[in-house]
Amino acid sequence: MAKSEFWKKHENLYFALTNGKVIFGLIIFMSILALAIFGPMVAKYDYDEFAGPGYMPPSKDFWFGTTLMGKDVFTRVVFGLRSTFIVGFVGGTIATLVGLIIGFLAGYYSGKLADETLMMITNIFLVIPTLALLIILSAYLPYRGILSQSVIIGLTAWTWTARAVRSQTLSLKNQEFVNLSRISAAPVTKIIAEDIAANMFSYVFMVYIIQFTGTILAAVSLEFLGLGPTQGISLGLVMQNAVNWNAIQLGMWWWAIIPGLLLTILIVSLYFINTGLDEVFNPRLREM
Amino acid sequence: MKKYLGKKIFIYLITFFFAVTIDWAIPRFMPGDPVQMLLSRFQGMEGGREIIQAQITASFGLDRPLLEQYFNFWATLFKGDLGTSIYAFPKPVMSVINEAIIFDILLLVPSIILSWIVGNKLGAFSGVNKKADKYLMPVFYFLTSSPYFWFAVVVVFFLGVQLPWFPISNAYSATMRPAFNIDFILDFLHHWFLPFITLFLVQLGGWAIGMRNMIIYEMGSNYSKYMESLGAPEKLIRKYAFRNGVLPQVTGLAISLGNIIAGALTTQIVFSYPGLGFILLKAIQNQDYFLVQGCFLFIIVFVLLANFLVDIVYMLVDPRVRFSYSGEV
Repeated sequence: MAKSEFWKKHENLYFALTNGKVIFGLIIFMSILALAIFGPMVAKYDYDEFAGPGYMPPSKDFWFGTTLMGKDVFTRVVFGLRSTFIVGFVGGTIATLVGLIIGFLAGYYSGKLADETLMMITNIFLVIPTLALLIILSAYLPYRGILSQSVIIGLTAWTWTARAVRSQTLSLKNQEFVNLSRISAAPVTKIIAEDIAANMFSYVFMVYIIQFTGTILAAVSLEFLGLGPTQGISLGLVMQNAVNWNAIQLGMWWWAIIPGLLLTILIVSLYFINTGLDEVFNPRLREM
Repeated sequence: MKKYLGKKIFIYLITFFFAVTIDWAIPRFMPGDPVQMLLSRFQGMEGGREIIQAQITASFGLDRPLLEQYFNFWATLFKGDLGTSIYAFPKPVMSVINEAIIFDILLLVPSIILSWIVGNKLGAFSGVNKKADKYLMPVFYFLTSSPYFWFAVVVVFFLGVQLPWFPISNAYSATMRPAFNIDFILDFLHHWFLPFITLFLVQLGGWAIGMRNMIIYEMGSNYSKYMESLGAPEKLIRKYAFRNGVLPQVTGLAISLGNIIAGALTTQIVFSYPGLGFILLKAIQNQDYFLVQGCFLFIIVFVLLANFLVDIVYMLVDPRVRFSYSGEV
């Protein structure tokens, strides 16, 4: 049977796709991703356009209601979601990659000068609160775009990944198959890529999910402080506007609460995927 | 013990040195000539131009060589001079921050300690009780996924506006004057409760999830199984599992301090609570660069001190650290 052959080869994929938490999380994640991709296409208005009367609760014409000035909240939210996803993917990827590279190198050369230096840098960056660093960097940038925002968040978020990957590498590098590669004079990059990284795939994947959520949260906080991209719209900015215009006091829950609710649900879905994957990759947890 | 603390202090000193260097370097090497921006910001104010000019020669000294500028920066820093604020002109940055920081401490310290304790207890309960776990876990996930400021908005909406039980802004009523009497303290607590509960609940989720996983892991470990086979009561095994599970949670506290403080900053904005977060927002909105830089330094110092405290606590709760550094094991 060709079909069962395939599942045998990709056992983890099978367990992942039959795990209730992973499915639940994936469905929500995909729905919100779809909202971010297709939402701006179906939106009837522009995000800065005065679409109708202000202070309108959700209705057939304005799905998430309107702001005090009459801008369409749905349009603003879906455009904001789009930039949230971009920041998450770009920033998360950078943070994971930098963390991996530093972690692999420090772990592989453990005890040597390279390791000591890299870990010293990591420990320093680990103590400095990321958001404080981001605030001071962003405050002095006169023009900020989504990409530059993602890059600076990614470049400040890698620290714990580096530490965790280093300790994982330490435990792997004295295994026999790594020693074998070393004796046969395989280049370091090859040993790291084929012997060490390949055995940490599941772990790296979960690290990526956590970095993705961390990046999103950092970005939203920055935007809420007014240090997001100087042009365009973001979820944090929508919420900042809502707070500034007293949306809460005026009872406009659709403006003040919906944008953050979507974001929170998105992050919850990622948590579910992560917990599910944990069960998939660690069979011991599966029975729980 | 001394060696352990000495090593930590060394790291913190380097970090502080590094942070000050960042604080010094960013205005000088960022694109867009911030000094020019600073000058133009002060232009409209009466006597502002002279003050900023003096300020810039003192702390920037841009005509001097870079190295000298760097040493001057440290010198003014040790005199406690962080520049003049634009937003609260002509107050010095130092006094603006000094007035705000007490509100941060009153908000942060109780919320961190209480949520850590309650979160660990709840997580341990959830870890050994499958029925409760099913309902509690999604709640914990939801709490820990919420951005702090969004959760603050939700709390204000329900407990401040829909049910007008609590005031929704400021640290005390406008009619009150800060004094040490019962009226003021009650009024203060009334205002303090909503931002506190926001910080408390969002942090709680993370601690509970961490402890739940630790308990499940420890309950499955060899020593627990051994004790079980000896017929030890379930309660005793749980107690040992909890004590082992607490250690990573203490380390976790040190790691998440930065995030918690960042969360407190954004939460204060929602409540117009006059701590560092609120000051920071005003500074950003008014392009008050000296104030932003001052806030940055204070946040770093705050985090470093808190980290140091956590290190001491860790040393007290984990005898292995104590002994391994004094060479007894």
